Amino acid sequence: MNLFATGWPWYVSGPLIFATMAMLVLLGRRFGVSSNLESMCTILGAGRVAPHFRVRWRDHAWNLVFIAGAMTGGLVTHVLGAARRMVPISSGTVTTLASWGFSHDPGFAPASLMGTAALSSPVAWGLLGIGGFLVGFGTRWARGCTSGHGVSGLADLQRGSLIATLSFFASGVVVTNVVLPWLLGQ
Amino acid sequence: MIALYLVGIFFGIVLTQAEALSWYRIQEMFLFQSFHMYGILGSAVVLGAVFFRLVRAGKIRGFGGQPLAIEEKDPSWRRNLFGGLAFGIGWALTGTCPGPMFILIGHLYPGAVVMLVFALLGAFTYGVLKPRLPH
Repeated sequence: MNLFATGWPWYVSGPLIFATMAMLVLLGRRFGVSSNLESMCTILGAGRVAPHFRVRWRDHAWNLVFIAGAMTGGLVTHVLGAARRMVPISSGTVTTLASWGFSHDPGFAPASLMGTAALSSPVAWGLLGIGGFLVGFGTRWARGCTSGHGVSGLADLQRGSLIATLSFFASGVVVTNVVLPWLLGQ
Repeated sequence: MIALYLVGIFFGIVLTQAEALSWYRIQEMFLFQSFHMYGILGSAVVLGAVFFRLVRAGKIRGFGGQPLAIEEKDPSWRRNLFGGLAFGIGWALTGTCPGPMFILIGHLYPGAVVMLVFALLGAFTYGVLKPRLPH
């Protein structure tokens, strides 16, 4: 039997994401992934250019350990068969994504966007390059991403997290519904 | 540290099984064509709200019996609005936020490595421009 042949419903997944956050808090830490980008910049020597990165990254090494675990968890499910399954998205989404030129491939993203084929695709480089840059830039400006603001900060009813979550959700909706069809629509 | 590594492995498996790291699921969410992602994020936030209320009331202690602190985010609207908007554009363009980006590297997607390199460049650029940006 392949435990990872199908996904879990939202009412199992959501509580387990909560459990991840609760375990981190109970260990005296917090749930927030994007600050790792800053630690990595510090380790790569960014402190020589900008004072912002002159911090003791070892104080945040626990979060790098957490994210190394997350990558390991991904690899474990990958090896155990998760990579071959189809994500059961709605037929309307399949049609929309096809009109952008992306097929519904096995695994978690189109091969032409994230797979080896993507490395020779100008469209993939454009989306991942500009998008990746904005993910790094925006999450550090707002000091949080989906985990830190969207789940943790929102659950803690913090004003800053509410503003950040509404903002990144709103711009995401506009990009997917307006910008991507305009850029990629056929 | 071993506990944190194990919680990380748990997180990687959960996000994979939730399919929350899937580009398909994120685009479907932004297209409002499924309840899946809303159910995941909504249930995590509702449970988290109860949990944080209990923590703030001092009713929950850490695994070591220690009192717990909750991270206070900057409440200023400028950095959250502008930073949030920038992040959201990137999230939809890539269909991937930071947690899933790392886990997709574990799933051996080379595109996720490309994204990480540019995300580091973005974080670095923020650090350089920080004194000139509104917060």
